[in-house]
Amino acid sequence: MDPLVNSLLNVVLILLCVVFGAALLTWLERRLLGIWQDRYGPNRVGPFGTLQIVADMIKLLMKQDWVPPFADRLVFIVAPAFAMFVVVAAFAVIPMAPGVGIVDLNIGLLFFLAMTSLGVYAVMFGAYASDNKYAMLGGLRAAAQMVSYEVFMGLSLMGVVMLAGTFNLRELVLAQVDGWFIGPQIIGFFIFFMAGIAESHRTPFDLPEAEHELTAGFHTEYSGMKFAMFFIGEYVSVLMSAAMITVLFFGGWLGPHWLPPLAWFLLKTITLVLLMILIRGSLPRPRYDQLMAFGWKFMLPLSLLNLVITGALILI
Amino acid sequence: MQQKTGLVHRGYIVWDYFYSNIVTLVKVASHTFTKADTVEYPEQMPYLAPRFRGRIVLTRDPTGEERCVACNLCASACPTDCISLQKTEDESGRWSAEYFRINFSRCVFCGLCEEACPTYAIQLTQDFELAEYDRQSLVYEKQHLLIDGPGKHPDYNFYEMCGKAVSGRAKGAGSQEAQPVNIKSLLP
Amino acid sequence: MIWAYLYSIVFYASCGVTVVATLLMISRHNAVHALLYLIVSSLSLAIIFYLLGAAFAAALEVIVYAGAVMILFVFVVMMLNQGQRSAALEAAWLPARGWIIPSILAFILLTLLLLGMNSEHPLQPYGVHGVAVKDVGIALFGPYVLVVELASFLLLSGLIGAFHIARKMPSPMDQNTLDEAGNG
Repeated sequence: MDPLVNSLLNVVLILLCVVFGAALLTWLERRLLGIWQDRYGPNRVGPFGTLQIVADMIKLLMKQDWVPPFADRLVFIVAPAFAMFVVVAAFAVIPMAPGVGIVDLNIGLLFFLAMTSLGVYAVMFGAYASDNKYAMLGGLRAAAQMVSYEVFMGLSLMGVVMLAGTFNLRELVLAQVDGWFIGPQIIGFFIFFMAGIAESHRTPFDLPEAEHELTAGFHTEYSGMKFAMFFIGEYVSVLMSAAMITVLFFGGWLGPHWLPPLAWFLLKTITLVLLMILIRGSLPRPRYDQLMAFGWKFMLPLSLLNLVITGALILI
Repeated sequence: MQQKTGLVHRGYIVWDYFYSNIVTLVKVASHTFTKADTVEYPEQMPYLAPRFRGRIVLTRDPTGEERCVACNLCASACPTDCISLQKTEDESGRWSAEYFRINFSRCVFCGLCEEACPTYAIQLTQDFELAEYDRQSLVYEKQHLLIDGPGKHPDYNFYEMCGKAVSGRAKGAGSQEAQPVNIKSLLP
Repeated sequence: MIWAYLYSIVFYASCGVTVVATLLMISRHNAVHALLYLIVSSLSLAIIFYLLGAAFAAALEVIVYAGAVMILFVFVVMMLNQGQRSAALEAAWLPARGWIIPSILAFILLTLLLLGMNSEHPLQPYGVHGVAVKDVGIALFGPYVLVVELASFLLLSGLIGAFHIARKMPSPMDQNTLDEAGNG
């Protein structure tokens, strides 16, 4: 096949899979939360309720797309699109299998970090443009939370980078042929997992949109497809965190040969997604100062310690 | 009491946060295999207690006459003022409701009207499926409220008990009624 | 074939975006809009860095400048939530003669820039061969180690200062409860 066509096909297919996967994830999460709370969850529309996402989509499309008169129109419209763009763009560097993946950047990991760090803007500008107290509080919380959790999100990955000696994600996967990095980097995995949840602001780190305190936090004023952008963006970023953990700590597509590489990748990613949903279903939300204290007083020293130990072991 | 500092505090954080959270995770995950408590309603009807208070009906005497005597006690007992009616009297002397209207979009199904009713006419039933697309359809008129049977009190007939003379039955003709005192007579 | 010119197209497009975004950033009246354009400008700057072969610098530009520094700016602007009154105040603070010295300085810089571009040997983009992350690391801990150490000292002093400012002062009430607890 012509390489150009091949790469275009890759882009379109991966984009479609990611967006539809995220949409399906909303159903999966509701089903699983239902099961864990001794309910059924959405099980009416279509087989096992899988068509619920179609129903939801129709509902969101039919909804009035309302921009509050007091809102900053330009920023209000750009923010949700940016939220979606950033997480989808980060998917570009994730290598799913040999030959499957959009780009093979030399600084893939840094690109991922850059995109997640830009994710805050969507939230902050959405909050600012809404000109609403709840949105404002949510935006401020989101900014503080995401900036602080990004610090050790990056630091926790440096152990992996040291072991593999590269920022290229494809090479990072290939460096795990002899053993996944989850073994030597268990602390790094733990920190990155926590930070990944915090970056996609999901329970227990969902303070920016804590519905018991802030109505809906930063997207209080959003409705219709603009809200859907934030909503699906959150699920795409869940998928992205899971895919990134798979690539960095669980050997990406590597696995015994009785399954194709892509299947291994998807299997590991889905397992991690399930774990994230389980965490959402069971853990309570901490208070805001607890969140900050946990980040700066526990996670940051832990990630620095991990870095020092890894460096020392590599030198030995 | 000493302020918790340094390692003790850290140790506290580690123990408290992680141990209890992992226990929670395991417990929640174990619910994957428990049975759901959900009653899948349209296919599977929920259990309704005998005294369940649902849609309000107006019942009839065993003889087939309307029980309601339009006394307005239900309307005055109603906390949401959703009952409205007007009394009328037929040529036989029976009182009845000219119109009887219940607005079910306001009714809270408290059952006070049933308790207030002196003739057992107004009764709450087991039916709760009152959903309508048009709010106006929730206003029930007398013909919607009236049922054919006597409801919860099959043998009760108000005009048998009350002592009011209506055509075809003089005073004292009721089943539990003594003859009226003859004030013209001196006999005891 | 358009692909041959793709590099140039992307380069000049991002240059144009940078310039326009910077100009818009300066001219915006709304502080948040200005910041939005500043972020766009730093993002397109990152693309230019990447095209010039400094991929690591590009990533850092996004992570550090766009991802962390700008957020603090937005944070502060959002908290202050400047309105009409502050705009009037600002106009009062900036009289016309305040622009004289900055304009002279900017003119000197512009002259230097024009001279640099018009000389016999125009300024070449540095390091088109591409700077790998490893080179950056070796440079930072080789020839530039002193600068790195100095910068880290500066950051450390900043850290200590921040710690000192944020330290919780024991209020009189806390003192009382502590004393009581100690006695009891």
